[in-house]
Amino acid sequence: MIKLTIDNKIIEVAEGTTVLDAARMLNIEIPTLCHHPKLTPFGGCRLCIVEVKGVPRPLTSCTTPVSEGMEVVTSTPAIEDLRKTVLELILSDHPNDCMICEKAGDCALQELAYFYGIKENRLEGERRIYKKKDGNPFIERDMEKCILCGRCVKVCEEVEGVGAIDFTYRGFQSKICPTFEKDLDCEFCGQCIAVCPTGALTGKAWKQQGRIKDTRETETTCGYCGCGCSLTLHVRGNEVIKIDSREDTINEGWLCVKGRFGYTFINSPDRLKKPLIKRNGRFEEASWNEALDYIAERLKKIKKEHGPDSIAGLSSARCTNEENYLFQKFIRAAIGTNNVDHCARY
Amino acid sequence: MGTGGIAAGGAEVINAFRTELEASGIKAAVSENCSMHKVGCRGLCAKDVLVDVIINNNKTTYQYVKPDMVSRIVKEHIKKNTPVSEWVAGEDYHNFHKKQLKVVLSDCGSLDPEDIDAYISGKGYEAARKILTSVKPEDVIGIIKASGLRGRGGAGFPTGVKWEAAMKQSAKQKYMICNADEGDPGAFMDRSVIEGNPHAVIEGMIIGAYSIGADKGYVYIRAEYPLAVDRLRKALSDARTKGFLGKNIFGTKFNFDIKVKLGAGAFVCGEETALIASIEGQRGMPRAKPPFPVYSGLWGKPTVINNVETLANVPYIIRNGAQWFASFGTEKSKGTKVFALTGKIKNSGLIEVPMGIPLREIIYDIGGGPEDGKLLKAVQTGGPSGGCIPADMLDTPVDFESLAKVGSIVGSGGMVVLDEDNCMVNVAQYFLQFTQMESCGKCVPCRIGTKRLLEILDRITKGAGKEGDIELLEKLSSDIKAASLCGLGQTAPNPVLSTIKYFRNEYEAHLQGKCPAAVCKALLTYYILEEFCKGCGACIRACPAKAITGEKKKLHKIDPAVCIKCGACFDVCKFKAVKKE
Ligand SMILES: Cc1cc2nc3c(=O)[nH]c(=O)nc-3n(C[C@H](O)[C@H](O)[C@H](O)COP(=O)(O)O)c2cc1C
Ligand code: SF4
Ligand code: SF4
Ligand code: SF4
Ligand code: SF4
Ligand code: FES
Repeated sequence: MIKLTIDNKIIEVAEGTTVLDAARMLNIEIPTLCHHPKLTPFGGCRLCIVEVKGVPRPLTSCTTPVSEGMEVVTSTPAIEDLRKTVLELILSDHPNDCMICEKAGDCALQELAYFYGIKENRLEGERRIYKKKDGNPFIERDMEKCILCGRCVKVCEEVEGVGAIDFTYRGFQSKICPTFEKDLDCEFCGQCIAVCPTGALTGKAWKQQGRIKDTRETETTCGYCGCGCSLTLHVRGNEVIKIDSREDTINEGWLCVKGRFGYTFINSPDRLKKPLIKRNGRFEEASWNEALDYIAERLKKIKKEHGPDSIAGLSSARCTNEENYLFQKFIRAAIGTNNVDHCARY
Repeated sequence: MGTGGIAAGGAEVINAFRTELEASGIKAAVSENCSMHKVGCRGLCAKDVLVDVIINNNKTTYQYVKPDMVSRIVKEHIKKNTPVSEWVAGEDYHNFHKKQLKVVLSDCGSLDPEDIDAYISGKGYEAARKILTSVKPEDVIGIIKASGLRGRGGAGFPTGVKWEAAMKQSAKQKYMICNADEGDPGAFMDRSVIEGNPHAVIEGMIIGAYSIGADKGYVYIRAEYPLAVDRLRKALSDARTKGFLGKNIFGTKFNFDIKVKLGAGAFVCGEETALIASIEGQRGMPRAKPPFPVYSGLWGKPTVINNVETLANVPYIIRNGAQWFASFGTEKSKGTKVFALTGKIKNSGLIEVPMGIPLREIIYDIGGGPEDGKLLKAVQTGGPSGGCIPADMLDTPVDFESLAKVGSIVGSGGMVVLDEDNCMVNVAQYFLQFTQMESCGKCVPCRIGTKRLLEILDRITKGAGKEGDIELLEKLSSDIKAASLCGLGQTAPNPVLSTIKYFRNEYEAHLQGKCPAAVCKALLTYYILEEFCKGCGACIRACPAKAITGEKKKLHKIDPAVCIKCGACFDVCKFKAVKKE
């Protein structure tokens, strides 16, 4: 164990802990933008700088491991002044878009600009303008809002093991890109959206569907496969407008393309709303009573003539979990067979 | 010959000598009395190609040799032993060498760098043999520490201390890396050392690797140095053949081999953590330190990274002793330093001087002073991370501490001489353009901050500077220095700060619409002086914008609204009647 003081408070932590983590254990707030607890430290945004006694220049707390007897001060006028300059620099190269940005209200950059009261900017100058938009089907990549925190690059490499995107170019023109600036063509897990602190990465599916503050959250379990990831449905009125997952879940907040984006069928106009019965080789609309009677009659007859094991049931991940529960109950209890399956397995 | 000599026509000159000697029928003499060596660079680029003719130990050096001069040299000098006096290198050439002190470059320019036996015959690899067969690693480190050798890659970190830290690591796998990425504009020290004496670098690496306990080494060298790469590769393979690299070196249990890794020409890849990332196959972006590479470097293993010149010093220190090396230089900066002397100076080239030599001696005694009798304004040292030292501080000794004290650095050894025709705002702008372009983009203060510095400098040089811009430059500079992640951002504002510190008046003049050195186009006006104009019409014909009017033999006039400030009239007027201000 290593003993150190942060803002005059003594704490003992395991070797290898960063100064930032130690400070958080003491409930000391340090602003961060590029840090993500699940990813390797980056040290690019420079907001988490602190003063360490005996070290002539400020150190980034997210990258600096604790050492015995270290004396850390997390906030001084000089440090706050540097943080302000850094924020002004970021905002000088950022569209003034909060009013129409998907991320507003949930944006780490907006939050910091608010706390540091940045309105006038001494450091105005050229801004990166990108005309070409990424034509992929799922992820809105607005690189003008990108602050190059590198989180998306890291999550794609370290968590997803894909490496679809990386830093390209140099200097002011640095940019996160898929290979050769082509349209993104990857797993579309959306992990990068989940870790992006700004509105640079958002889901195309939830564009202009509603502000997060106006939604109810419903916790549920994904039915697409047997992993059973926890989902948070963001519901506005009676519509699911976005899905994500909390970090304190069994799946640590990570999802796959289906779990994250596979919900737009819920309110799709193409959905079946009435039962269809095949007559003379063609599907025809029928009433619910007619359909249910027909099914009951046929199932009973087959069961009677060939026994329950001649029947098998297969249900869909696009039904609710409750419906899927009832369906297997029906096959097992009412039909009397274990011949039942589903893509998440029963 | 180095790259510079070859560009100046060295290869052609050698061929001319070969054919000429053969044709003159003194073939026998060639093999018996004369031997022609291709030697490394000997520094005086401005006078390339240099040729030594040695007859019975009498050496004569010719300067500016061209292939068509060879026949006369052969006829008169080699055959009749009467040197062609008007081509013999003069006082300048000898002055250039007088105040220099050569350690690292001592064999550059006399040894054939492509011949390992030439290096061996001059005691080459003896130091490594002695160390590996009879000296304990901690004692080697003791010698290096006692010599006072400090890193020549920029920061001046004590080499012995670095090696000791790596030696003390218990990891089984360690690495020794030579940093030959040299990316500062105008710098060619490390390139010349590798081109001129690659075996000294290899021998230094063997000694270093043995002391820290590394069995694998890398030379990270930029691909834009093809000659250096070729010579290095040949030297490595020759050393391998002789058994100086590989398994059981000198019959000991020590194994060590070196790989060459080519860099793609990013300045930031000279930064040690970026260099490591690049060897690992990632984008060359620095990471925060601590942990330092001696604890966790290449693939997480203890790694020592040393500059080319640092390593090339090592065999000479072992051969001649720590005391010998420590007898040169100042109390804290020992030994010598190689500089690339360029800019507005008569004798530009590669020089090696004892640490602590006054800047004045470098500029005037070695460099011969500014060109064309112009007034010296400042000396820029340390490349884009360095600063400008004004002419009235020329007595500053050139060592790590003294240069830091005046706001510049020794750096890797670039030295650019600026004269009255250089605009200091323009100089700062030039370096900022470079650092902004080479910023890796990882951290905010450097990526966006240097861009904003550059924009402010741009507007000042365009006459659009605002009140408060100088103060804003100072504030932003100091914030970028304090908040940036790596050495690039931490030093990028130095050219701005040091030019403001010593030449604030030039900045202020720009804000008032004047460029005192008449460099910044937007602030210039061209006009014709009545008392000198002869009305010859030359300027009218030269002006591409048709901005000049005037009848023959009468005063001509430039219309400032039409003038595009190209300077054609200024250049063409024989009577110096055109002025720019
Ligand atoms: C932006 C940047 C560029 C650098 N470029 C070089 C270089 O080209 N060559 C070099 O030897 N060191 C360079 N350095 C310094 C290295 O990081 C490192 O300190 C040095 O190689 C250590 O060797 P030394 O102790 O022998 O000086 C650079 C540092 C920075 C921050
Ligand atoms: S990313 Fe954040 S700061 Fe930027 S426009 Fe969107 S809400 Fe505003
Ligand atoms: S969606 Fe997933 S695979 Fe695609 S870039 Fe983002 S993190 Fe990588
Ligand atoms: S896209 Fe988002 S996560 Fe990726 S670097 Fe930009 S701001 Fe960071
Ligand atoms: S200071 Fe510049 S070069 Fe260094 S990490 Fe930051 S952006 Fe990259
Ligand atoms: S959070 Fe530490 S540098 Fe960004």
